[in-house]
Amino acid sequence: MSAAVMDSASLYAWLGVLLCGLGLFGFVAHRHLLRRLLAFNIMGSGSFLLLVGLAQDGRGPDPVPQALVLTGIVVAVASTALALVIFRRWHRVSGESTLPEDV
Amino acid sequence: MNLLPALVIGPLAAALASVVLPLRWRGPLAVVLALATSAAAIMVMGEVVGGGPQTHALGGWAAPLGITLMADGLAAGMVVLSAAVALPCALHAALGLRDAATEEGFWPLFWFLWAALNGIWLSADLFNLYVGLELLGLAAVGLVALRGSAAALAAAMRYLLAALLGSLAYLIGVALLYAAWGSLALADLSRLIATVGPAGLAEAAGAAAAGDLHAHATTLVALALMTVGLLLKTALFPLHGWLPPAHGGALPPVSALLSALVVKAPLYLLIRLWLTLGPHLTPFALGWLLGALGAAAVFWGGWMALHQTRLKQLVAYSTVAQIGYLFLFFPLFSVPGTEAARLAWDGTLLLLIAHALAKAGMFLAAGNLVLAVGSPHIADLTGISRFRPLALMSFGLAGVSLMGLPPSAGFTAKWLLLQSALASGQWLWIGVLLGGGLLSAAYVFRVFRHAFVEGPIRDRFASPPLGLELAALLLGSASIGLGLAAQTPLAWLRVGSIVAGAAP
Repeated sequence: MSAAVMDSASLYAWLGVLLCGLGLFGFVAHRHLLRRLLAFNIMGSGSFLLLVGLAQDGRGPDPVPQALVLTGIVVAVASTALALVIFRRWHRVSGESTLPEDV
Repeated sequence: MNLLPALVIGPLAAALASVVLPLRWRGPLAVVLALATSAAAIMVMGEVVGGGPQTHALGGWAAPLGITLMADGLAAGMVVLSAAVALPCALHAALGLRDAATEEGFWPLFWFLWAALNGIWLSADLFNLYVGLELLGLAAVGLVALRGSAAALAAAMRYLLAALLGSLAYLIGVALLYAAWGSLALADLSRLIATVGPAGLAEAAGAAAAGDLHAHATTLVALALMTVGLLLKTALFPLHGWLPPAHGGALPPVSALLSALVVKAPLYLLIRLWLTLGPHLTPFALGWLLGALGAAAVFWGGWMALHQTRLKQLVAYSTVAQIGYLFLFFPLFSVPGTEAARLAWDGTLLLLIAHALAKAGMFLAAGNLVLAVGSPHIADLTGISRFRPLALMSFGLAGVSLMGLPPSAGFTAKWLLLQSALASGQWLWIGVLLGGGLLSAAYVFRVFRHAFVEGPIRDRFASPPLGLELAALLLGSASIGLGLAAQTPLAWLRVGSIVAGAAP
């Protein structure tokens, strides 16, 4: 068990889990929308690390998860861009930078 | 066979055309192209019914690196449903959108939404489904934000955050499944799971694997993560907080598309995943949990709908309630091959289709009523029964299906689910179905009470164009008509599915 844990690919997977956890905590705990977006990006990077690290566990480089991660990065960039546009427009219209808490 | 990529590429091309063409042409072009896409959808359904499930590898590249589109009965049925809902919504938008700024953004997003929906229904592997879900979420968020007001933008932001969190949870689940099984194609996964067999899975679960990710535990964690992500995107109680502001505050055709189709896509994905993983990897406890959350959604959504003061918010909470019924599929389908499972399959899919048609009709009719009265409040509907009876009738027809009164499709679907609950011995869900029906009746009749009351004489109602009212009437009548002739469509949906004996 200890040998497999300290394998370099497994290290990436564990780091991915750590980043996911940090990102999730930040996403849920912070109220400012920019911080939530940053936390989402950290969580995204963590999930990509997880995807690559798990799949390469002792099998050598595997092109399929790397292609998946490339697609995921593109999707994350597009989502972040949309979130920023909506946030900017909303901040200009309402003056707030956190979502109302009534829901 | 080359109709399958046309169903995805066609709407994408229409989206590009909508960006490039002058504003005045976009609406009529959209209606024409919507008719063409609907015709293609019906042709695909004809091919599937006649020749069995169809597959198409895009560009000739085979899986796992290539993208395969697969259409069995269920997928073809959902494609036809998307066309049946999107066409009246396109008509409603072409005639009803007044603001040039809104119209500029609406049509490209509408076509991206339709392309994403078709991409999801026709996908054959989990990562393709992820991409489709993301495209769907981004297009839907854009459509919600179109109104431009502070409330609409806040609702869009909330929706986007929920959708992003759900997508990430789903993606991590996909990563775990790939690590466990080595493939993401649904056909491959079911084949690998069948090869290992229930005995092999039990042995792997029991054996002590030294530092090894054995497939059973990993798959369970992946299933849990993907379920949470998909529940967030389909707005099941208690993760439904983003839905009422988003659906209640958007333009009428947008609300119709969102409630009818967009929230059904993650549910479709969950059903596909459930069927692929099979009865040995999907714990019965999880099925019961989903059913319990669905029951809570039915009662909570109905209760909240009863207390709303705005018409579109009432309809939005009604969506929260009706989605709960669809989650009764999971506990009722627990033993495939039995009569209860077949009834659960038929009932859930018919309810999905009936709700899509009825809810879209209801949102379009509500939009017409709000336009006619000039106020979003239910109490201001006083006297409208005399001046705008057609809009009110469309609302009523849709309401009949939502309540589950015969002979609507809603009634037939709930009847099938009742029979499934009786056949499988899970009598708890009978109470949910009946109690939920009573609550639906209560809030639909609340609207009618206000509409039929005669108040102070008022005859200044705006009159929506006839096309808007016809679009709503068409959808409402479709949900009733489907109930009269439900057997044949149900048989079509079963083509190539597990209840017809094929491999999942």
